Amino acid sequence: MLILETKDLSKRYDGVAALDGLSLGIEAGAVTAVIGPNGSGKSTLVNVLSGVAPKTGGRIAVSGVALGRITASDVAAYGITRTFQEVRLFNQMNVMENLLVVLTEKNVFGAILERHAEKHARRAEELLRKVNLWEKRSELAGGLSYGQRKLLEIARALASGADIYLFDEPFAGLFPEMVKIVEGVLVELRREGKTVVLIEHNMDLIRALADRVVVLDGGKLLAEGATAATLGRREVLEAYLGE
Amino acid sequence: MDYFIHLAILFAIYGILGLSLNLVVGYTGLLSVAEAAFYGVGAYVTALLLVNAGWNFFAAMGVAVIASAAVALVIGLVLSRFGGDYYALASLGFGVIIYSIFLNWQAVTNGPLGIPAIPRPDFFGYVIGDEASYLVMSLVFLLLVYVVSRFIVRSSFGRAIRAIREDEAAIQVFGYRAINYKLLIFVIGAGIAAIAGALYASYITYIDPSTFSVNESIFVLAIVILGGLASLRGSLFGAAFLVLLPELLRFVGFPDTIAAQMRQAVYGVLLVVLMLYRPEGLTGEYRL
Repeated sequence: MLILETKDLSKRYDGVAALDGLSLGIEAGAVTAVIGPNGSGKSTLVNVLSGVAPKTGGRIAVSGVALGRITASDVAAYGITRTFQEVRLFNQMNVMENLLVVLTEKNVFGAILERHAEKHARRAEELLRKVNLWEKRSELAGGLSYGQRKLLEIARALASGADIYLFDEPFAGLFPEMVKIVEGVLVELRREGKTVVLIEHNMDLIRALADRVVVLDGGKLLAEGATAATLGRREVLEAYLGE
Repeated sequence: MDYFIHLAILFAIYGILGLSLNLVVGYTGLLSVAEAAFYGVGAYVTALLLVNAGWNFFAAMGVAVIASAAVALVIGLVLSRFGGDYYALASLGFGVIIYSIFLNWQAVTNGPLGIPAIPRPDFFGYVIGDEASYLVMSLVFLLLVYVVSRFIVRSSFGRAIRAIREDEAAIQVFGYRAINYKLLIFVIGAGIAAIAGALYASYITYIDPSTFSVNESIFVLAIVILGGLASLRGSLFGAAFLVLLPELLRFVGFPDTIAAQMRQAVYGVLLVVLMLYRPEGLTGEYRL
């Protein structure tokens, strides 16, 4: 079953097409890797799907429901969350608060009356332990190492409780033991039936983790399908792997 | 002694203004230069209701708070679409517009001549006429504003506005409508500023537009930055420091002819030195 579909999706920046009539489907409960050369539109796709950048044409549907002209805060209501290629944390807030802010009341009037919430603190602790940052809970997010910042951003995405996770290069620049943690997160999400869209360059990780692969080139769909079969296709090898 | 009480009352008024502006600038990261406008709306509405309609001071202050919040709601609907430098510029524009309304809407505000003979508050028959009682009342309002501000910044709302300051686009990914948060904190800040305006009008018993110019907004901004962004205690500290500084400078003994100008220069030098060596302010943790 497709949980996320795009039809003729386009995004232009000053006349340059970053996405050019892209039609694809993301399977529910699977890990889908999005690959393609630099500038092929991978990050733009995540920005448009998450509402951070408005699309300039085409359609996006979540579980068959079309998303109109909506903003990032609306997209969250459809159970979509994301991480950023360049990590974006709330730097001058501590690690714990970076998660609490995602867990607590979003309504502006509800939030002003909400004070202490034990259940949110417990959930935040659980997530911080999962990514090995519990000991750092009182430190400012901006003071963490690069890898720790990436892990915190992943924990923050998990805190949203979304059904669809868009991860933009979550493994880039991580030490091996941190790669293991992120792998564990992805495996667990799939086991829980969540949908993961993963932008990644490392073919070994893709072969190990992804059920399906979507290949972009120049903002267009080059190929999509099961991982092994798609990666073996001649046009994919030529365009992306240069083999 | 009276003079010390006078300074302490000014401290209470500027402390309230500092707390109000810190919610917007320090906690939410919105560089508003319109503070004097809401201070002025509070002062004018209170003065007009006391002088023309013979209202009770506290009722007039309540209406002033609502009026200021309503003006902020209208302005904020436009302002909240902006961020960063554009926010500062647009708020400056609104500050100038409201100042020129004070100056030119003569039928209501009496223009540059101002409104004289504003009565002191009447508390169930007891007129808060002497300076000592006025100080106690001002400090009670300062405490009240402090407690309300602390309640706000320690709530989930308080955490969310700090996240907006850090990265407005990122917080929206998690379902927050940042514009609502920016609007509400701006409206709350304006309401609080009106309390300071009411206290000022009834204390000095005379107001004119010159008190509510952009210079005043910048003075309050200096209180917030000097005391420390996102630090409530810092705002009180900043208010105390900047209210007392001119008095301290008296002892330096500048010649009378240049004393006033020298004080302005000392303010400027202080701010520059602070930005160079302690950009988070004296007690704050955050930088602009």
